[in-house]
Amino acid sequence: MIKTLMGAVAPLSRDRSPGQGTGPVVSMLKRLTTAQMQMLVMVAALLIIAVFFTLATDGSFISSRNVSNLIRQTAIVGILAIGMVFVIISAEIDLSVGSMMGLLGGIAAIMDVWYGVPLPLTILITLASGLLLGLFNGWWVAYQKVPSFIVTLAGMLAFRGALVGLTDGSTVAPTSGALSSIGQSYLPGGWGWSFGILVGAGLLLSVMKKRGSQRLHDLKPAPVAFDYGKAGVTVLALLGLLWVLEEYRGLPTPVLIMAALILVMTLVSRRTAFGRRIYAIGGNLEAARMSGVNVEMNKMLVFGLNGLIVAIAALILTSRLGAGSPSAGNMAELDAIAACVIGGTSLAGGIGSVFGAIMGALIMASLDNGMSMLDVPTFWQMIVKGGILLLAVWMDAKTRK
Amino acid sequence: MSEFLLELRNIVKEFSGVKALNGVTLTVKPGEVVSLCGENGSGKSTLMKVVSGVWPHGSYSGEIIFDGRHLEAKGIRDSEAVGIAIIHQELALVKEMTVLENIFLGNEITHWGRLNTEAMFKRTQELLKRVQLDINPDTPLKELGVGQQQLVEIAKALNKNARLLILDEPTSSLTEREIELLLEIVRQLRREGISCVYISHKLNEVLALSDRVTVIRDGELIGTCDADSLTQNDIIQMMVGRELDQLFPREAHPIGDVILEVNRAYACKPGASRPQVDDISFNLRKGEILGIAGLVGSGRTELMQCLFGCYEGESRVDITLHGRKLNITNSREALGAGIAMVPEDRKRHGIVPIMSVGRNMTLSKLDFYSRWVSGVNEQAEYVDVLDYIRRLTVKTASTELAIKNLSGGNQQKVILAKLLMTEPEVLILDEPTRGIDVGAKYEIYKLMYELVNQGMSIIMVSSELPEVLGISDRVLVMHEGRLKGEFDHRGLTQEMIMDCAIAEEIRSHD
Repeated sequence: MIKTLMGAVAPLSRDRSPGQGTGPVVSMLKRLTTAQMQMLVMVAALLIIAVFFTLATDGSFISSRNVSNLIRQTAIVGILAIGMVFVIISAEIDLSVGSMMGLLGGIAAIMDVWYGVPLPLTILITLASGLLLGLFNGWWVAYQKVPSFIVTLAGMLAFRGALVGLTDGSTVAPTSGALSSIGQSYLPGGWGWSFGILVGAGLLLSVMKKRGSQRLHDLKPAPVAFDYGKAGVTVLALLGLLWVLEEYRGLPTPVLIMAALILVMTLVSRRTAFGRRIYAIGGNLEAARMSGVNVEMNKMLVFGLNGLIVAIAALILTSRLGAGSPSAGNMAELDAIAACVIGGTSLAGGIGSVFGAIMGALIMASLDNGMSMLDVPTFWQMIVKGGILLLAVWMDAKTRK
Repeated sequence: MSEFLLELRNIVKEFSGVKALNGVTLTVKPGEVVSLCGENGSGKSTLMKVVSGVWPHGSYSGEIIFDGRHLEAKGIRDSEAVGIAIIHQELALVKEMTVLENIFLGNEITHWGRLNTEAMFKRTQELLKRVQLDINPDTPLKELGVGQQQLVEIAKALNKNARLLILDEPTSSLTEREIELLLEIVRQLRREGISCVYISHKLNEVLALSDRVTVIRDGELIGTCDADSLTQNDIIQMMVGRELDQLFPREAHPIGDVILEVNRAYACKPGASRPQVDDISFNLRKGEILGIAGLVGSGRTELMQCLFGCYEGESRVDITLHGRKLNITNSREALGAGIAMVPEDRKRHGIVPIMSVGRNMTLSKLDFYSRWVSGVNEQAEYVDVLDYIRRLTVKTASTELAIKNLSGGNQQKVILAKLLMTEPEVLILDEPTRGIDVGAKYEIYKLMYELVNQGMSIIMVSSELPEVLGISDRVLVMHEGRLKGEFDHRGLTQEMIMDCAIAEEIRSHD
């Protein structure tokens, strides 16, 4: 899905016919940009991990039940990573994400449990609070020029403190059935399938539209097989995943929310002026400023957007736990940052993608899940995850040169 | 044993096909001061980087012989080890550390890993005495003036037993008294047998100090003469004397009424003793190319930054475009008002290196392609990018290629395209052809005439006098933040500009 979006502005070299005498796979690989190659490598890494754990667990790793749980577990870190990747692309960092998620989840739980606020209002207030907290961080970073590391480190402490203060250090439980359904429910079969088919159809339609528009502007589109091949593979993978999920209990609601965010935020990053400017600011802040980009405003908006996304994750977390807990979301910022970095995001800014961040989150969650199934002691799990993080960044640094 | 301490033979240094140095030869005897003169961009700094090991052996051709032995430095440490020390225009000292710590930085006297402070203190006192600096070695460097810092830098070089000092524009930010002191110290060191290569635009200092003067131009050796036999005019002649050939495609073009008026421009860095732009007023006509000349540091770039709203520091200026007063506080407002600027420092202010050619090009015009729901219309964008790539003959394999992979000339064309896409009325070009090969230069000149013929007005800042003469309709000359002269291009010579640009020194010392 993402690959086709990325290729929307076709390189000039595509006007030339692919190398003669090579197979279709080779010529297809040649068409891919380095960023697309990186995605393929990540998909391959994930497949290798999956195959390894499948063999090691005699197949229970890819049982529909485990896959469903695995993806459900990925949802929260995955959603956090989607927000974080924008922050890191703009060459900033947000360390307050874990505490902010805890605080927002706590606010949602308090409204729900203590005051019996109706669910829509709870959601609205939580999202608005997330947006405000994010903008607050962003204002300090962009307009007051305090390094984001410090601003968000302060936030990490202060938000956690506010959470403990608000909840008086105790768990706020149990949440209402309505709130709990966000994180715990599954969509019945029909819904899942119609969502999948809708996305698939939308993707094919966008490819058609792109090719039509290219013809209209007298641009030579890439060969039919390439464009539709890419879209086809993506749609098949999507439907295959849906099929596995349906085998168990259906499409988990948090996964649906994550999928929708992936879709929307990929479009924001790739197809909007705002997204483009974030990459430019991270790539060279001074040049972006001299090109007339409102650097401060855009940076603040990135933090605001991140806050909004953290609020979504917070609602899912509280709902899944069925409670607001003073320690909720502890250290989650580090998981989100690790997911981004494993997914090819550069901490120097300017490089990264939503899809990569999600792949990073999936890789981390697969390792967690697989090692737990093999009864690997927790300390080993931490060591392996640390090692993978180091390895991923090292490989990235090596191949970039 | 040869009579020379340092001998450079036939040095050739290329940057991606452009010869920055072409067969330069330079000799320095023991205890001799040789001045190196040349215009901005003539290759002086490149030559000194070759000598001091910044460009390692193998990245240039030719021989360096120091003290009778071939010097094949792999880095600065190697050349320092034999006794060559370079003191750059921008001092390489750590402001937060003390004088003592700076002098011994990377060279500390230790005993089993423990700093031997007493020995270093004693040595620092000796060194400071040699450079006539009466200060406590434990003084933090930031408490010293620029002139004193310069002397600390020299003391640091002496500590490494330097036998050859290279001073690159050492007096550009010094007061008269500090300059006198510096010259006196260099003379003293000469008596002690230490040689010196002195690089300066200030010809009075050059003549007062040096034994011999070597002039280079466009990376080629023009000549070496005894200082006694030279006048300042001789040196200027040697620095600029060149025929203007077919490099510049001057075309007649109509020049209309005044469209831009700039009044009382002022710019000053916080805490600086003198403003970088001091009360400058000028105007610009429709379809005119206005050249701005002056030495590096004369405030040309800062003046342009005032107009484009990107000066970092305190600035004031009244700008009137088409009779409408503009209040420009940032680049976005400048672009919106119809003023565009191609910045001097391409890497820092121009390109977003990892972004593609196409995306760099449309960065200033994204709103035009952008719709609230459907986002950026990438096809329309792509069509425009292809159009500009063709019009400016940008050589790139693909619009998707990261811009950092292009040559300097093609990067410059992409930045030009980016700004032309905003359809400005006034285009500011700050050093538009720096580090660009001759072919690309010619294409950029051609484009400039195409633009003025369409009614655009251009302000061009350039350090290359031939370019200023060959392209501009009118030339302003700046000196130390002030406007020193205004000339029509007809009958204007490089000597006249140079004379105006460095006039202050000549007048105040002759």
